[in-house]
Amino acid sequence: MAAPSLETKDLTIRFGGHVAVNSVSCAFRPGELTAIVGPNGAGKTTWFNLVSGQLAPTSGAIFKDGRNITRLPASTRAGVGIGRAFQLTNLFPRLSVLENVRLAVQARAGDGWRPWRSVGAFPHLEKKAMAHLATVRLEDAAHVPAAALSHGDQRKLEVALLAAMDPDIFMFDEPTAGMSVDEAPVILDLIGAIKADRSKTVLLVEHKMSVVRALADRIVVLNNGELVADGAPENVMALPIVREIYLGVADAAP
Amino acid sequence: MGANGPSLPDRARNGRLAVYAIAAAIGLILAFAPFLFGDVRSQQVAARICVFIVLVASYDLLIGYTGIVSFAHTMFFGLGAYGAAIALKQWGPGWSAVLVGGGAGIVAAAALAALIGVLSLRVKAIFFAMVTLAAASVMLVLASQLSAITNGEDGLVYVAPKLLTPATILFTGADGKAAKWFGVRMDGKIAAYYFVFLTCLVLFAALYRIIRSPLGAVLEAVRENEIRAEAIGYRVVAYRTAVFVIAAVIAACAGVVWAVWLRYTGPETTLSFAIMIDILLMVVIGGMGTMTGAVIGVTVMSLAQFYLKDLMGAAAEATAAIPVLPQLLNPDRWLFWLGILFILLVYFFPAGVAGTLMKKGTH
Repeated sequence: MAAPSLETKDLTIRFGGHVAVNSVSCAFRPGELTAIVGPNGAGKTTWFNLVSGQLAPTSGAIFKDGRNITRLPASTRAGVGIGRAFQLTNLFPRLSVLENVRLAVQARAGDGWRPWRSVGAFPHLEKKAMAHLATVRLEDAAHVPAAALSHGDQRKLEVALLAAMDPDIFMFDEPTAGMSVDEAPVILDLIGAIKADRSKTVLLVEHKMSVVRALADRIVVLNNGELVADGAPENVMALPIVREIYLGVADAAP
Repeated sequence: MGANGPSLPDRARNGRLAVYAIAAAIGLILAFAPFLFGDVRSQQVAARICVFIVLVASYDLLIGYTGIVSFAHTMFFGLGAYGAAIALKQWGPGWSAVLVGGGAGIVAAAALAALIGVLSLRVKAIFFAMVTLAAASVMLVLASQLSAITNGEDGLVYVAPKLLTPATILFTGADGKAAKWFGVRMDGKIAAYYFVFLTCLVLFAALYRIIRSPLGAVLEAVRENEIRAEAIGYRVVAYRTAVFVIAAVIAACAGVVWAVWLRYTGPETTLSFAIMIDILLMVVIGGMGTMTGAVIGVTVMSLAQFYLKDLMGAAAEATAAIPVLPQLLNPDRWLFWLGILFILLVYFFPAGVAGTLMKKGTH
């Protein structure tokens, strides 16, 4: 088995008396798509925030390809290949759709510190950005401010930003939440294509069990901040604790 | 095209064209100001507009493009001005005094900006604003109290480099005095104006390049969504600190130019909070986040500050026969009318003149 590309060891964060993520140890490998499931408030998004650097853990450690990244700021983690899309749409609202993606491409290319040459002198960045927009079928909206997009299109742009970062670790946080039935396949196809490139590690927080079943190689279950199950989908889905957590919640979506 | 006139993109494009046309017209008038207006006062107004366009545009880089609220912009302006002024006073007139003294002021501004940035750009915007306010107050007190170097409240009077003094003859005419071109004497006064104009043009062009660059794009990303900018790989604190230093250096350069032009540097002309408020108003009137807006905001406000009194005096005389109106238009009440002008501008141009005209669609 390949060496883990991402690993958390005893990762814990406390907010006052509340332990949001409690000693989660877990390793992920390239070519593997892991669904992270659990009820609302289980700590899925908080665990994501710890890995991508929006929050600093109370204790525990995070490793990317064996390197300890626990103390690195979020921007440096993006630089070492950890990419993150957000559950609540988190864009640059007054900038154009193209500019949103172009900024992510530009960050990846390391061109952010160029003060003298015009943006127009870097056509390859814009070309790449347009290609990422085409993947999520937003190329026609390229020059519209991000804030003017519909909810579904904003979700697509959110994912396009992540794709434009071209990370090793893709972290999707409910990428299809609130999307209509005909919009979701664009995102799911993209995630499928990333998975098909066996070099990438994909983490997916998802409530829709149909999506999990279709895409996941492995399921990690969080409950009350603790890792309660980890394994192949068919095994995990059969566990009593999972059935208990998802009783009444399970597979609400078609 | 819709039935109700031009479609939204058309209107936005027309608005943008209008803004660029106004800014270009102002630029052309400034470029030929000595030939268009003969009197000393007009040239003083033109030079002030040039210097303040740079000062306000560099402030817009902070507040409009990056979303950093600072009250220390006059501090950096003053550091440049005092650097040049002290050297000119101590060493006498000469370009070496301007370069070394002004250079020292600019370096001091950069160092101080870096220090403030590194120490406090991590904290919340409101705390950062307070830190800059405190720093600017300290600098104002220092300039007043260190009389041995700064001559306190009275400020420093000195002589500009020889090229820029009125006695200098640039081109000798038939009569042995400075030649007249289009009715304007080619002497040191005109050299001084073009020193101001060209330096400010270069500084403004530099700012314009920055906002159009990949760096400028990152600054807007930081303003729009700090967390996402960090998440896609931009070190927000580093970018904030860098832009704070850049703006400080440009403001200090403007200060050097202002000191050389005025041949006087005191707290009132460089460091006072009245100037900081002017800068804020000019940015707001022009439109935050529109570098071209600085040109418009500075011009509108400077013209009002310099000429509203005259205009009102003339209006009061013209309406002398009508009751009440002459009293209302008495030049002593110019601040009242300036206030009304601001209210009207903010009401009709909520995003500033340039910002509102260029905005896509209606407000």
